Amino acid sequence: MSGTMVTGTTTTGAGIAVSVLQVALTVVGAPLLVGMMRQVRARMEGRAGAGVGQPWRDLRKLMRKKPLDPHGTGPVFRTAPLIQVATTLMVAAAIPFVSVDTGVGEAADLIAVVALLTLGTAALALAGLDTGTAFGGMGASREMTITALAEPTVLMAAFALSTRVGSTNLPAIVDAGLKDAGRVVSPVSVLAAFALAAVVLAEAGRLPVDNPSTHLELTMVHEAMVLEYSGPDLALVELAAAMRLSVLLGLWSALFLPWGTATSTGVLAVLGATALFVVKVGVLGAVLAAGEVFMAKLRLFRVPELLAGSFLLAVLAVAASFFLE
Amino acid sequence: MNLIGAGLACSVGLTGAASAAGLALPRRSRATGVGVLTAALGAAGVVVGVAALSGRTFSACLPDVLPLAGVYLGVDALSGLFITVAGAVVLAVAVYGIGYHGHGHDPGRAASALFPLFALAMLLVPAAASVSTFLVCWELMAVTSLLLVLTEHRRREQVREAGLWYAVMTQLGFVLILFALVWLAAAAHGETFAAIRAAAGHLSPAVRGTVFVLALVGFGSKAGIVPLHAWLPRAHPEAPSPVSALMSAVMVNLGVYGLIRVGMGLLGGGPRWWWLLAMAAGAVSAVYGILQASVTSDLKRLLAYSTTENMGLIVLGVGAAGLFGSAGKPQLAGIALAAALLHVVTHSAFKALLFAGAGSVLRATGTRDLDALGGLRQAMPVTTAAFAVGALGAAALPGGAGFVSEWLLLQSLIHGLAVPGIVVSVVLPIAVAAVALSAGLAVATFVKALGTGFLARPRSDGAARAAESPATMLAAMLMLAGAATVLAVAPGLAGSWLARAVAGVTPVGPAVADAVRTKLTVLGSTMSPLVVVAGTVGVTVVLAGLLRLVVGVRRRAVPLWDCGAGPPSARMQYTATSFAEPLQRVFDDVLAPESDVDVTPVVESAYLVERVSYHRVVPDRIEHRLYAPVLIAVRWCGERARALANGSVHRYLGYAFSSLVILLVALAAVK
Repeated sequence: MSGTMVTGTTTTGAGIAVSVLQVALTVVGAPLLVGMMRQVRARMEGRAGAGVGQPWRDLRKLMRKKPLDPHGTGPVFRTAPLIQVATTLMVAAAIPFVSVDTGVGEAADLIAVVALLTLGTAALALAGLDTGTAFGGMGASREMTITALAEPTVLMAAFALSTRVGSTNLPAIVDAGLKDAGRVVSPVSVLAAFALAAVVLAEAGRLPVDNPSTHLELTMVHEAMVLEYSGPDLALVELAAAMRLSVLLGLWSALFLPWGTATSTGVLAVLGATALFVVKVGVLGAVLAAGEVFMAKLRLFRVPELLAGSFLLAVLAVAASFFLE
Repeated sequence: MNLIGAGLACSVGLTGAASAAGLALPRRSRATGVGVLTAALGAAGVVVGVAALSGRTFSACLPDVLPLAGVYLGVDALSGLFITVAGAVVLAVAVYGIGYHGHGHDPGRAASALFPLFALAMLLVPAAASVSTFLVCWELMAVTSLLLVLTEHRRREQVREAGLWYAVMTQLGFVLILFALVWLAAAAHGETFAAIRAAAGHLSPAVRGTVFVLALVGFGSKAGIVPLHAWLPRAHPEAPSPVSALMSAVMVNLGVYGLIRVGMGLLGGGPRWWWLLAMAAGAVSAVYGILQASVTSDLKRLLAYSTTENMGLIVLGVGAAGLFGSAGKPQLAGIALAAALLHVVTHSAFKALLFAGAGSVLRATGTRDLDALGGLRQAMPVTTAAFAVGALGAAALPGGAGFVSEWLLLQSLIHGLAVPGIVVSVVLPIAVAAVALSAGLAVATFVKALGTGFLARPRSDGAARAAESPATMLAAMLMLAGAATVLAVAPGLAGSWLARAVAGVTPVGPAVADAVRTKLTVLGSTMSPLVVVAGTVGVTVVLAGLLRLVVGVRRRAVPLWDCGAGPPSARMQYTATSFAEPLQRVFDDVLAPESDVDVTPVVESAYLVERVSYHRVVPDRIEHRLYAPVLIAVRWCGERARALANGSVHRYLGYAFSSLVILLVALAAVK
C-alpha cells in the first residue's frame, strides 16, 4: 500500500519507557506549572504569591480529607474525575512531547487525541448535570457550548497540518517539522498556531474564555460544573485540569516548536529533550500567565466570536496549505 | 436455490406467519407471537445478508409473481450489507416489541399484522434487481410504514398531522424515483438492473444527469436530507417506539442504498457536479440536523433530527466517494464509500438502541419531554446504561460506534486534498468543517439528552414513578448495546465485508480491507480504537483502585450546596431547554427562535408582578421558509380550480370533447 511512511510505528520497550516518562512528567509537572503561573501572576500584580509548590500542597491536603457523596449523585458523578484523569493520561502518553518514538505511536492520532480530551470534558459535564443543581447544569451547558464550537477549529487546524505530511499521526507531523524547519515557520503553520492557541485557551479554561480563579455565578464555567466536588474527588478534578493545561500547551509546542524533540529513544537524547520540553512549556505558561494579567474575561456570549475568529484562521491555514505549497 | 434464495423464501414465509399471528391471535399472546416470528424473520435476513457479504451471489426471476414485468431478485455484497443491517435491527426490535406491545402499548390487530410486512419490505428493497420489482418493494415499504406511523392516531392529534406530512413527502419522493427509474429503463431499453447497467454508459449526459438529480431528490427525501427532511422529525417521534426504531435505523438507510445503487451501480458514476451536489446536501443536513437536535427538548424529536445529521454525514461520504471516483482516485473513493457504509452500520446500531431507550422512557414515564424527565438512573439502571452506550456512539466519542466511522470519513476527506482542482480544494475543507461542527454539536446534544433525561432528579411525577422495563425490552437493548460496542472496539471484524460491498460498485483493490482492520489505516494515518478504548478503560479502573487504596471505600453522604437557602428542589435544576440556551443564542441567526415573555401584574398595582410566563419555540426555519409558500400556492391553485368544476354535466362533456380535439390536433401535428 502506498502512502507516507509513518515514523514511530514500532512498539518497543524503550518507546513505552518514553511514554511512561511523559506521563510521569505530566502528573508531577502539571501542578508545578499551575503554581508557577500563579506565582508569575502574583509577582506581576505586586503580591508575594504562595509559591510554586502550592498546588501540590493543596492536592495533598485534599487527598487527606474524607470522600463525600452529595445527596442524589450517582456513579457518573463518582467516575467522571477518574475518566477525565485517565483520558488526559492517555493523551500525555501519546503526544510526542520528548521523543517521536513513543510506545503508542500508532494510536497517537491527532483526531483521536482531540476526541479523548472531549470525552473527558463530556464526562465532567455529565457529572455537573448529575448533581441536579443550577450551578452544575449551568457550568455543563456553558462548557459543552464552548467545546462544540472549538471542535471545528481543532479539526481544521489538524487538516492544515496534516496535508503536507499526508497523515494525522502526531509523531509523523512532529517528525516532518523536525526534518524541515521551513515547515514550522511557513504561513500555514503560523496561521494554524494562532488558531490552535485560541482553542488551547478555551479547552484549558483560561482567560479570556474562562477564569480558573473565579467563583462568581455569572462568570463561572468549569468551576460551576465541579462545585459539588470535595476532598479526594476535587483533588482529581484539580489535577486533571492542571494536566489538561500542560498537555494542551505541550501539544501546541510539539506542533509549532518541535525543535529539540528527540527522534530516538537514546537516554541522553531523551533527557535533553525532556529538559527542553520542560523549558518550552514553562515559558509558554509564563507568557500565558503574564498575558492574563492584562486581560479581562470575555462575556460568555462573546466567546463564540473568538472561536469563530480562530476558525477563520484555521480555514486560512488550510487555504494557504493548498495555494502556497 | 442457494442459501440466499432459501433465506429470502424463508423470510417471506415467516412474514406470512407473523402477519397471520397478528390478525388471529388473541390480545394476550399476540405480542409474543408476532414478536417471535418477526425476530425469526430478522434472523433469516441476517443469514441472507451475511451469505451475500461472504461472497455468495443470488439472482432469480419469478415471471408469474408480478403481471407483465415479473419479479427479478438479485443479491450482491452491497445489498447484503443493507440486508444484514436491516435483519439485525429487525431481530432486536422484534424482541423489544414483545415487551413494549405486550405491556400496555398494544397496537391492535392491523398494526401487529403490518409490522412484519414493513420489516420484510425493508429486506426486499435491497434484493430487488429490476425497476418494477424495486418500485413495488419501495412502495410496500412506504405504505406499511405510513400505516404504522398512524397506529396511535386515535390517541393523539399530532399523529394525524405527522401522517399527512409523511404520506405527502414519501409519495412525492416515490414519484421522483419512479420518473428517474422508468426514464432510465426506457432509455436503456430494458428494465432489469443488468440491462440498465450495460446500457447506461451510452446514454446522453443530459439524461444521466437528470436521472441522477431526480434520484438524489427522491432517495434524499427518504433519507431525511435537508430540505426534504420535514416529515422526519414529525413522523419518527409520533410512530410507536419499535416502528420509530425501524424507521430511523433501517428505512432511512435504504435512501442511501438507492442513491449508491442508482448513482454508482446503475449509472456507473458521473461527472463532478453530481457528487458536489450530494456533498452539499449532506453537509447542510449534517449541520442543520444536529443544530435542531441540540435545541429541541423532545427526546424522540432530538433523535429524529440526529438521524438527519447522520444521514447527512453518510451522503457526504457517498458524495466524496463519487467525487474521488470521477477524479480517477479509486483508492480514496473506496475509503470514502467504506466510511459511509460503516457509518450506515454504526448509525443503525446506536440509533435503534437510542430509540429503544427512548421508547422505554416513554413507556415508563408517559412523556418524552426532556424538561419533565430526569432521575431515571436509579429506577431504570439498565435502560440508562444502554442509552449511555448509544449516546456515546451518537456523540462520536472514543468508545462509541460513531467515532470509528467518522474518523474514517474525516481521513478520506483530509487525504482527498491530493485530488487536483480548485473546486476540490474549496469543497473538502468546508466538508471537514461541517463534519467537525456536527461532531462538536453532537457531543453537546447527547450530553444534554443523557444528562437531563436520565441523571439528576426527576422533574415530574411521571419521571419519579418510573420503573424498569420488562426483560425482553432490556434484552433487546443489551443486544444492540453489545453490537454498538463491538463495532466501536473492533470494526475490523466488518473489514472484509465492507471491502466486498464497496468493490461491487467502485473498483478499489485491497485499500478498503486494509483500511478497516483492528487498526484503522488510511494511507498515512493509523488509529487503533481497541488501544484507545482499552487504554482509557484500563487507566480508569487502575485509578479507581488506587483511589480506594488511598482514601478507603467509605463515602459519607452530605447535602448539596444550597447557598444557605434550604435544600434545592427539582425545579431549580437546569432543564434541557436551559442547557441548550447558550447554543440557541449563538446560532440565533440560523435558528430564529421565537420567545415570548408574558408578565401579568396584580390588579392593585402595575409594579407588582403576579405571574411571569416564558414561552419559546424554535420553528424549523427551512420548513417555514420553503414549505409554507408552496402550501399557500397549492391552496390557491386548488381554490381557482374549484371554479372549473361547477357541477354542470354540459361543461364536463365540453371539457372531455375539447381535450380529445386538442390531443388529436397534437397527434396530427407530431405525425
